[in-house]
Formats: sequence, structure tokens, C-alpha cells
Amino acid sequence: MKNLQLNTEGKLKHFLSIEGLSKEVLTEILDTAESFSSMSEQKVKKVPLLRGKTIVILFFENSTRTRTTFELAATRLSADVLTMNIATSATSKGESLLDTIRNLEAMHVDMFVVRHAISGSGHFIAQNAAPHISVINAGDGQHAHPTQAMLDMFTIRQYKHSFDNLKVAIIGDILHSRVARSQIQALNTLGTQEVRVIAPKTLLPSHVETLGVTAFNCIEEGLKDVDVIIMLRLQKERMTSALLPNEREYFKCFGLTEERLKLAKSNAIVMHPGPINRGVEIESSIADGPQSVILQQVSNGIAVRMAIMSLTLQSNGETL
Amino acid sequence: MKKILISNGHIIDPENNLDQVGNVYIADGKILAANQLLSDFTADLTIDASDNIVCPGFIDLSARLRDPGQSYKGTILSETTAAASAGVTSVCLPPDTSPVIDTQAVTELIADKAEKANYPQIYPIGALTHNLAGSELSSMFALKQAGCIAVSNATAPFFNLLVLRRAMEYASSHDLLVMYHPDIPALSNNGCVHEGAFATQYGLPAIPEASETIAVAQCIELAELTGCRLHFSQISCKRSAIKIQQAKKYGLKVTADVAIHQLHLTEDDIEPFNSFFHTLPPFRTKKDKQSLRESLANGTIDIICSDHQPHDLDAKLGAFPETEPGISSLETLLPLALRLVDDNAITLPQGIAALTQNPARTLGIQSGALTADYSADVCIFDPTLSWTVNQDTWKSAGGNTPFWGQTLKGRVTHTIQAGKVIYSL
Repeated sequence: MKNLQLNTEGKLKHFLSIEGLSKEVLTEILDTAESFSSMSEQKVKKVPLLRGKTIVILFFENSTRTRTTFELAATRLSADVLTMNIATSATSKGESLLDTIRNLEAMHVDMFVVRHAISGSGHFIAQNAAPHISVINAGDGQHAHPTQAMLDMFTIRQYKHSFDNLKVAIIGDILHSRVARSQIQALNTLGTQEVRVIAPKTLLPSHVETLGVTAFNCIEEGLKDVDVIIMLRLQKERMTSALLPNEREYFKCFGLTEERLKLAKSNAIVMHPGPINRGVEIESSIADGPQSVILQQVSNGIAVRMAIMSLTLQSNGETL
Repeated sequence: MKKILISNGHIIDPENNLDQVGNVYIADGKILAANQLLSDFTADLTIDASDNIVCPGFIDLSARLRDPGQSYKGTILSETTAAASAGVTSVCLPPDTSPVIDTQAVTELIADKAEKANYPQIYPIGALTHNLAGSELSSMFALKQAGCIAVSNATAPFFNLLVLRRAMEYASSHDLLVMYHPDIPALSNNGCVHEGAFATQYGLPAIPEASETIAVAQCIELAELTGCRLHFSQISCKRSAIKIQQAKKYGLKVTADVAIHQLHLTEDDIEPFNSFFHTLPPFRTKKDKQSLRESLANGTIDIICSDHQPHDLDAKLGAFPETEPGISSLETLLPLALRLVDDNAITLPQGIAALTQNPARTLGIQSGALTADYSADVCIFDPTLSWTVNQDTWKSAGGNTPFWGQTLKGRVTHTIQAGKVIYSL
């Protein structure tokens, strides 16, 4: 795993998952993102770092937010960007994932940003793509969503400065969440004091504690004295597959309300990777309230993705 | 036919309690004598087996030969060649070929192909239900007449327990052994790895132990109800072994096998997203592996099988959950069994019994022993000879093994089937 993501000098070549990456590598991403984050307030929101590079954004699953922030990040680095929604493209005609990749390779592209519904797709593409190509995982099945995790880390560092003394709670569908897996790994790698997960047993993976977290089935206990609250989106299909009775019961047990928020530290921040289900996992007044940093996460997403794109392409071949 | 003398080998034949240096004499395709001195025997061929082990040829209870129907993965010729090189002289072919082994015609087609390949004996396993669909009984009597040695639904599930009950009853009326692959599909839920730490970390669809153990418990109850001879194929969990041990104590006619790789690999050994580790049942925990080894030593698990499943390249080329499960494992069967002896998990005679005497008893065939007048099926191997798993040594059409590139100890030097040398190193 480690070898696949890093080049022979230990620099980031692909960005597929957090596991196998050191604190130094993660910190380098955050520091690089820091230098890009002021850019969006400038008049000219563009640097020529990736001029002449071609980036293909390959989405086998729908997403608006992630895709557009990747597009903006690539554009602001002056790369040429091609976005393909494969759900409606070649693979529906029976073309295999590998053939799609091969065809695009033949067009001399430099990077794939891939989202796919099957865990391990990013690794598969990285293993089979031509050596000059960098692959960034924009979410694969239930495995990883490492750029989301890094933008969340960036946001936490912005508000809390250091991870050492933090208690972080992640609430919701941990079982099916690639975001949660990557967040947990990133938080632990960066030295967070305590990572908690809060959910009913049906939404927690077995052996969840092996990820380095404390599990709670009761939100009141889990929220006590935390510095950071991360809410996850609840997918509607969880109700039909007998994992939960209904949305109202879920909100009753696990929804973030003003009352419950008081259990956390008074300066706790509330995060959500979006899109929000208002009234299902979070009360509207919190989502729009002073402790919410949800929109800040979206802005940070551009800077963090610029950092990851430039670092991976920089390590890959000629100096930029 | 040639008269063969295998001289000075270390003979291990659990059925006849042999564990000493001696000669084996073969004439007319049959064993003439083992561990006696026949002074008036003139051999056409003498094999010097000094420092080597001489034992009955191995009987593999589950090897997919991919033929008929999937010759792009392997053929009866390619896979029996692999079997011969692995010391295997009899293979049982599960019924999930294409077409399924549920008619006399398909059974005869396989017998015909096997004869042309002229290699190890192939025992077809007939389908327990028509087209393995789990709804209508197959023509078991006709299948038995055509040469099927047992009946099984391979890995195809039963959604209706009443059908399984009837199938077991009907098989039992024809004195057919039922081989059962324990799995509750609603619980395994299209998973691809064990429900444990590995699945949790990598976000892969997971299979809980209960999907196997509940099926084992259920089928033991049906064996009691129907009086059927029952064999559990490829168990993977400690709690399955415990249930089988209880059933045996209770006096039920139950046997079990384990795939050789389950005795060596666990979820901790899986290289992330390496599809060569994708197998069903999935690799479980260290605790399960340890228990499977103990169960083999104490006789709860009777048999080691290869669970050989060769694949073409495309089948393993993809993201892990989308690849086809299974390992090409005939050729690593012996070295991995010997590794169990090196690990002090079992003795060498126990390992050989699990590959010869025990499968023969479960199948009810006169084989798996060096008894006089039995078909001369013999394996001679050098337990210390090392070899590397690579394209130079590999015979199977499928190179899908997690042991690829590794150096293993123990190699077959000669395989004799019905008095004919079908492989020599």
C-alpha cells in the first residue's frame, strides 16, 4: 500500500487512501494547502503550476460538490481539465474500467481523479495505469475518500491549531462511510487524543475499535466534552435495508440538536461533508449557526485539492 | 503392463499402518505388495525412492477443472496435468461446470474427456438439484449409474430448507453421499472478505462467521432427521468445527474437509486489494486458523482438499470485490500440507491420511492405500526439495495463487496412477 502511493524518494505519487501515509506527508499537504488558501480572495485566482498538464476527472458515481471543487482546483492550477461522467458513458456500453483507462492514457493525460462505487477501484487503476500518471481517489466504495478527510483536517487545524489535545466525535453511518474511514485514519495519524464514533450497532462496522476509535451507541455519552463534531449524511436506502426503522426515530436518537450540542465543549465546531439532511441528522439552526464550519469546509476543499494535485504531479517526473 | 519396483522409499500408508523404509511392487496396474521383499519379482522399471516418501496417491475432494464450459480458465488436460504433478491421482469434480453435471450425458462427456486426457481418475460429483437451482431434485439415481460418486449443490444456495431436506432424503435412499458447502446467502450478502478488522479498515463487503455456522448447524439437524451421509465442504470457522465435533460425538455420519490455504492464511495476511487473496469462504482470523489446524489433528476435520479454482487473467483483473473468488491450488497442496508438519500442527502420517485414507473412506472407494490388489495409485515425493512457484514450474492454466513467487519445500518426484507413471520430475 505504502509503495503504491509513494515514489522511490518517498514523495506522494498517487493519493488513494490515508493508510500508509506518515504524519509528515499529511502535514506537508496541509501546509501546502495553507499557501493556496489565500488565493481565492485574490483578484487573479490562478497560478501556472500545472500549465500544460491534462487532468481527467472520471466520475463513475454522481457528485456535484466533490467534482466541482476538483474542477476548480485544477483550473486554478492552470491545468486542462476534462470531466467524464462514466455512468452515462462508455462503460454502460460494456467497456471495462481498464479499457476506459487505457483509452484515456492513449490521449496522453497526466492525472486521473476517480470516483467509483467499488472499494479498491482507485488502487486498481493506480496499479494498472501508465507510470507517468498520477491517480487521485475521489471516493471508492466504502473504502476511502482521502481528499475529503484532508480538507476536514485542514478545517480542524484552522480552528483548533493542533490535534494533540482534541476529542473528535464522528456521528452517523460509519459502516457505509468512506469519509469516516479516511477521517479516522487521518485523525489518528495526526495524533488526535481521542476519536469517537457514535451510531447504532447496525451502522457501525464489526471490530470498529480496531480502527483506533471508541464506539458509543448513545449520543449523549459520546458528545461529552468533545472539541469537534463531525456529522455524516444518512442515506435514504438505509431505511429500506432494515438498518434503521425511520428518519424520525434516527433523529430522536442520533440527531444533533441544540440541547445535545451543549454537552460538547462550548467552543466545539460542527462539521458535515454535505449534502445535509436538515432535520434528519442535524437541526437547521445548528447547520446555519455560529459553531457550524460546514461552508468553510467547502472553501477549504479547493485549496486542499490544489495541494494534493500539485504535490502528486510534482513528485511525478519533471520539476514544475 | 509394466512391472514397477519402488525401492527403498520411506513408505507411509496410514490405512495399513505403514511408516517404514521398504519396497513397493506394482504389476498389472495394481499394488502387488508393499513393505515385503518379493525375491522373484523382475521389474521393467525400478524407481529408487531412497530419502523420499512413498505414499498412496492423493485424493482431492474438490478441484474445478473448468471443463466442460470454461476452457478459457482451464481444461481437463491442463488441470489433470497439474494434478498429476502434485501427486494427485483422483480428483472429485464439483457439479458447477457448464452445463451443470445434472444429466447422464454430461457425466459421460466428462468420463470421455478424462479417458482421453489419460491422467488422474476423475470422479464427477452430481448436482443435488436440477441445474443447481435449489428447487427440483436431480435424477440422482441416473447420475449415480453414470458414475457420479456423490451429490452436491456446489456453492449454489438453497433458499428453501424443505428442498434440502427432500434432496438429502432422496440421496440417502440411493446411498449417495451429500457434499454440502455451508453458507446462508442472506447473511454472506455478496461479501468478499471476512467480517473482521480487515473488512472494517478497507471498507469491503463482509461475510460474518454466522453465515457458515448457521448453515452447518441447520444441515447437521437435517442429517439427523434424514439419516443422510453428509460431508461438509471447505469449512473455515472455529465454531463450525465445534458443531461438527459435537455431531460426530453424537454418532451422526458426518465428515468435513478444509481447503489447504485456510490452514495457512488469515485476514491479516491479505495484501490490500490483491485479488489473488479473494476466495470463498474468506480467510478468517488467526483463532479460526489455529482451531482448524487443531481440528485436523484431533480428527474433527477428516480431509484436506485443494479447493482448486483456476482462473483466467481477466477474472482477477479488477477492483477486489468485482473479481472472481478462488485460488489455483493443486500444485501447492503437498508443500503446504508439509508446512503443517513443520509447524508441528500435525504429524506426517496424519497429513497423508487427510489426503489419502480419509477421503477414500468418505467416498467409499477402494483407494487411498497401498493395499494389495488396489489400483496402483502412488505418490513419491521429496519432502526437503525446494522449488519456486513461477511460470517454469507451474502447470495449471490458472496462475492465481497468493503463493506466486514464493519458494516452497516438498516436491513430487513421481506420480503413478493405475500402474502407469503419469508424472516424473
